[in-house]
Amino acid sequence: MNSIAEAAAQAFGLILAADPNLVGIVLLSLQVSLASVTTACILGLPLGAAIAVNEFPGKRFVVVVLNALMGLPPVVVGLFVYLMLSRAGPLGVFGILFTPTAMVIAQTILIAPLMAALSRQVVADAWSEYREQLRSLGETRLGAGATLLWDLRFTLATLVMAGFGRAASEVGAVIIVGGNIDGVTRVMTTTIALETSKGDLPLALGLGFILLFIVFLLNAGAYVVKETAQRRYG
Amino acid sequence: MVVARRAFVALLVALVPFAAQAQDKFITVASTTSTEQSGLFGFLLPVFQKKTGIQVRVVALGTGQALDVARRGDADVVFVHAKSAEEKFLSEGHGVKRYPVMYNDFVLIGPKSDPAKIAGGKDTLVALKKIQAAQAPFVSRGDRSGTHMAELTLWKDAGIEIDKSKGPWYRDTGQGMGPALNTASSLNAYVLADRGTWLAFKNRGGLAILVEGDKRLFNQYGVILVNPDKHPTVKKDLGQTFIDWLVSPEGQKLIADYKVGGEQLFFPNAGQPGV
Amino acid sequence: MRARFSLLPLRLSDVVFTVGPRRIIDGISLQLDAGLRTVIIGPNGAGKSVLLRLCHGLLRPTGGSIDWNAPEIAGGARRQAMVFQRPVLLRRSALGNVTYALKLANVPMGEREERALEALRKVGLEAYANHSARVLSGGEQQRLALARVWALRPEVLFLDEPTASLDPGATQEIEKVIEALHAAGTKIVLVTHNLGQASRLGDEILFLHQGRLVERAPADRFLKQPASLEAAKFLEGELPW
Repeated sequence: MNSIAEAAAQAFGLILAADPNLVGIVLLSLQVSLASVTTACILGLPLGAAIAVNEFPGKRFVVVVLNALMGLPPVVVGLFVYLMLSRAGPLGVFGILFTPTAMVIAQTILIAPLMAALSRQVVADAWSEYREQLRSLGETRLGAGATLLWDLRFTLATLVMAGFGRAASEVGAVIIVGGNIDGVTRVMTTTIALETSKGDLPLALGLGFILLFIVFLLNAGAYVVKETAQRRYG
Repeated sequence: MVVARRAFVALLVALVPFAAQAQDKFITVASTTSTEQSGLFGFLLPVFQKKTGIQVRVVALGTGQALDVARRGDADVVFVHAKSAEEKFLSEGHGVKRYPVMYNDFVLIGPKSDPAKIAGGKDTLVALKKIQAAQAPFVSRGDRSGTHMAELTLWKDAGIEIDKSKGPWYRDTGQGMGPALNTASSLNAYVLADRGTWLAFKNRGGLAILVEGDKRLFNQYGVILVNPDKHPTVKKDLGQTFIDWLVSPEGQKLIADYKVGGEQLFFPNAGQPGV
Repeated sequence: MRARFSLLPLRLSDVVFTVGPRRIIDGISLQLDAGLRTVIIGPNGAGKSVLLRLCHGLLRPTGGSIDWNAPEIAGGARRQAMVFQRPVLLRRSALGNVTYALKLANVPMGEREERALEALRKVGLEAYANHSARVLSGGEQQRLALARVWALRPEVLFLDEPTASLDPGATQEIEKVIEALHAAGTKIVLVTHNLGQASRLGDEILFLHQGRLVERAPADRFLKQPASLEAAKFLEGELPW
């Protein structure tokens, strides 16, 4: 119990001091997570909607695979991306290993299936309600997917926050492809891992509190925006 | 619409710093977790960067992993502490030349209660034999790091085939120095550690240094430029600048100046023959 | 813009629709002409809703054929529309829902808002133009669905029990709009359970029973003196299924 109190005290101290090193780490964490979630949404949401509104042979198999991909272990993805981006690997020529870009790539691979699988479910549920009316009005499949994604924007906003939470808390992939380089690819989660392995548990836990607090703030903000918008548009 | 535009701008802002980072003059150094966790790099590298404008990006792994990263051409320089592994690396043609840089020592850590009764001893091999005889809990890094390789060498020199005689008392954790110390602390077990990590380690619990000063615990660090003939993308000029600086009088003095809790951690010995 | 050829008459020839072992539509042949307001009635499970959806094109017949007089051009604006029992509206303003339908009908962007406002006016909802569609009452939502249809100026309008979920006041308002649409030239094909509504809105009645067209007659004659036994029983309330 003592460690937890000490950790909370450390967390407060760090926040109040606005330690520049910590600020840099927090900013990088946010940048990587936001970039990953954004790319994952751009890839995953239309894919999920497309699968939901279309019929094609093997559709059920695709849905099962998509749902299974939600459980991709981060460390496996990290290893895979590392081997791809290594100089000895097929994409080595780009030289982006051990950079934040590599971290964004790994996290996008982790989160895109999540966005696709969840949006597919949400759009499919709505499609059963909207299908007749939209077809009656002459909507195409492509248009229906887009229309539904926009109509479900409040539900999807919650999904996106879930994806962001997953990205912000992820450590297994980013530590392998980023290398946890001080000042370059060190983010909150990898710093916590580092401090834990150095034995500085109160500091690690304190950083953990800070990470939780930031994610909480972002979720609260998103919730408020969603609620106000929802009240206007039902 | 407004929402889409704001999101797009946010995305751009989010990605700009990545672009900026790509322009810096930098090298990638594969080194070990123990070296990084000792805090030495945090002390040395800012001085080097100020002097030369070269940013040194350290990827800290176990020695075995660090050398593997370099074998794939993902690092420009390796800075590790396992002479035989380094020489194998050179013989494979992945490195240009090995420069000794500094040394520190390993220490045999254990619980103050000391069930194997090794405290104060000066002979590591005797101590290890006692630990094995007493089947006292012992934590090994098990991760092909320099420390792990040194530990295995010591068991062998003590005449113990550790692979055969390990029992539940021998905990092979497959982790870095810090986590291994954490495990030892919670298990009240013996563990071989480098002095640097131990001095910086904060979660000691009931552990203390029980055996030190034995010549066998000598731990030499070497730095090698990754071979640009085999890996054309290696930044050989910048890398060599870093190596030259490490073994220069200025670099060597800085290494000696680095202290934790008033104690010097690393002892510069560049140019010393036979290490 | 007037269509070159009218969609009507619509011809159904021996149309069959099966789901698994059940024949929901069991061989119906009929012709729908312009001008008359057609009301389809019958007991539950007679296949009324399915027949409507077959005509509108939401379902494909398992057997037989459904032929419009002129084909709808693929990619062109739909010239026939449908209103469902529960209106499906998007999470947008009332105006937005109508302009959405106009967008799908390839109406140029500059014209959409004006036409949408005009349609809202016709159903008496112009005050709610910028209100969220989903917070409107049931009757208002159905009126909005009709406004959406009005803006499209369809040649044929299918309605599947449009007032079944509404109170009498709202029902009356919907019936007024349907009348107005008819007066403006749209062919009305209405399915209803409400016999009063059938007599108010219908010119001719199609009576369906167990997937077959059992009787077809002018509305007042049918309601006073049905020719078939099943129709007589139905009107007396003895044939719930």
